[in-house]
Amino acid sequence: MATLNLVQAINLALIQEMEKDDRVLLMGEDIGLNGGVFRVTEGLQARFGKERVVDTPLAESGIIGTAIGLAMAGLRPIPEIQFEGFLGPAYDQICSHAARMRSRTRGAFTVPLTIRVPVGGGIHAPELHSDSPEAIYAHTPGLKVVMPSSPYDAKGLLISAIRDPDPVIYFEPKRIYRAFREEVPEDEYTLPIGKARTVSEGNELTIVSWGASVVQCMQAIENSGRDIELIDLRTIYPFDIDAVEASVSKTGRCVVVHEAPLTCGFGAEISARIMERCFLHLEAPVQRVAGFDTTMPYYKLELDYLPDAARVGRAIEDCLAY
Amino acid sequence: MPITTAYKTEIQRVSILDEHGNFDEKLGKDLIPDADLVRLYEAMVTCRVLDEIAFKLQRSGRMGTYPQNMGQEAPSLGASYVLNKDDWIVTCYRENCGLFWRGVPMESILLHWMGDERGNAMPREHFATPIAVPIGTQMLHATGLAWASKYRGEKRISCTFFGDGASSEGDFHEACNFAANLEIPVVFVCQNNFWAISSPGKVNCSAPTLAQRALAYGMPTIQVDGNDLFAVVKVMRDAAAWTREHGKPHFVEAVTYRLGDHTTADDARRYRDQAEVELWKTRDPITRIYDYMKSRKLWDDSKEATTRERAAVNANAAVATAEGIAEPHRQDYFNAMYAELPADLATQLATHNTHSLGQTEEAAHVATEALAKAHASHH
Ligand SMILES: Cc1ncc(C[n+]2csc(CCOP(=O)(O)OP(=O)(O)O)c2C)c(N)n1
Ligand SMILES: [Mg+2]
Repeated sequence: MATLNLVQAINLALIQEMEKDDRVLLMGEDIGLNGGVFRVTEGLQARFGKERVVDTPLAESGIIGTAIGLAMAGLRPIPEIQFEGFLGPAYDQICSHAARMRSRTRGAFTVPLTIRVPVGGGIHAPELHSDSPEAIYAHTPGLKVVMPSSPYDAKGLLISAIRDPDPVIYFEPKRIYRAFREEVPEDEYTLPIGKARTVSEGNELTIVSWGASVVQCMQAIENSGRDIELIDLRTIYPFDIDAVEASVSKTGRCVVVHEAPLTCGFGAEISARIMERCFLHLEAPVQRVAGFDTTMPYYKLELDYLPDAARVGRAIEDCLAY
Repeated sequence: MPITTAYKTEIQRVSILDEHGNFDEKLGKDLIPDADLVRLYEAMVTCRVLDEIAFKLQRSGRMGTYPQNMGQEAPSLGASYVLNKDDWIVTCYRENCGLFWRGVPMESILLHWMGDERGNAMPREHFATPIAVPIGTQMLHATGLAWASKYRGEKRISCTFFGDGASSEGDFHEACNFAANLEIPVVFVCQNNFWAISSPGKVNCSAPTLAQRALAYGMPTIQVDGNDLFAVVKVMRDAAAWTREHGKPHFVEAVTYRLGDHTTADDARRYRDQAEVELWKTRDPITRIYDYMKSRKLWDDSKEATTRERAAVNANAAVATAEGIAEPHRQDYFNAMYAELPADLATQLATHNTHSLGQTEEAAHVATEALAKAHASHH
């Protein structure tokens, strides 16, 4: 088994799906010869040709709009949006068309596309290269939203996304693109969209998180020395509320952690569901450690903004002491 | 009925001082007074020197990602030189030279790329908008700004800059269409540097010129050698005058070249031929003016040395100012959000927590102390 980082795991999944299924094609800005600005598609144009790895004009609405057409025609396009901050021009196509096509045509047309998007902060990047907009898309019925936090998950979830009959936004946390490696099976495998992963088991408190924040949470748990269960949601929509319910029913306490702003962040949904489902088990109010309700600051202050192990640690303490 | 010609046109291209030193006397005579030329030359040299320093700052970890302007000094500089001081100049990120001519402090641009919003706090008297990061979006703002002038009966126009890649975005087309149809005085300047990161021209435009895109909007349009400061000055002066007089938009394609990587996060050797870069080095806008001034005996080695020295002093002073600015405060990014800070946000600021149990007065106290301590250890 090879030890791969997140970038390599995604690259491998793309190669394997492209080899297997000639309906799969990649499209986006600078993804060809340049291999994408993060090199996720490195070597793929040389391998599969310019018809299947397409450098598009610089236009995100164009990328997603044409990908919708390709998908409606029965292909499996995988458009890349260079950074989450540039989803803006594509918003209309994603939310007004991709998300609604199946329902408004009663299934006559479907849009099986996978939109790959580097996401999140912590890499010292310029403005609009560090945001976390997953809740916006989770709030758009008709879309699936995935965010892996490890190379192993990245591969399995991407293959599932590509094979999924509905549009999936596949967010790639850029902070952990190359942060660590782990063993990733060479053979293809899928991980179900909608299933969480229990990263560590514990009885005192549950942490629910996703994406790069999972790493901060692991550190906070270690620092705390407490018996804490960590659930990586892995997919934001559909989300594994059963796993959350089972854990919180056991521990009675929960902290939700994400980079996106607090208000209307996906933590709000998790918290509401816990309140609905685990009310009688709760020993403390559900706590959220999130980005503040401000614009993501430029990088000099980004670490002040992003939830870190210290801030998660304070929430753990407060929640346990309640 | 026979087939007739519904519309026919041609795209003109203006060149005055070419890379071989040929100078078109008819177009170029009296275009730029010698004294101004010397100042413009120094402005380009200073911009280039700053660019080289910025590159090194990034490489040594003292600055984040930075997009070098190297090779593209002339278009924005020529524009700034001929525009009125209170015409709007609405740019993306390869117009440093024109912004500096306007009076925008060099440290503003450095601060932006050093991850500090204070770099965007452009004094309004410069009539320059901050760097626009989402590609192709700012041309609509230029159109709105000029619309406001029209609304108020002022003679102020907008001049907006964008790349060849940006002309693929929908917003670009909307800006052209708005300006043309609502009759708004905007000069649209496309800096065609042949690349949009790794995408060669053909990826973003299949027509032989970018200038002709404007024809579809019924806008006068022209192509200029963007590495020829004389030609840029002539074309921009004419376009701005036409726009001001008619209250309508004009398009300019400035043909130029990005001599550096796209940004410091890029490695252009992966996708473009070094021979192409070498060719364009022979068309450098700065050496062109240098050779011209020398041939006209306006310039000599000692003047060159003094200019370079002054440029380095000024650029280094800007770096010192940018690096010497006090560390930004947490309060800065909260307080900047709204005219008045909402109560909930004030609580987040005071406690540096989003979890409700951590938002007590006691937590606020702890956060304040921690911040003060962090601050003290910084100085
Ligand atoms: C909406 C949007 N999409 C993508 C990007 C990423 N990006 C930054 S610069 C660039 C290429 C711009 O090319 P061009 O307009 O020709 O300007 P140049 O950099 O060549 O000056 C891209 C794709 C962005 N900043 N904004
Ligand atoms: Mg370009």
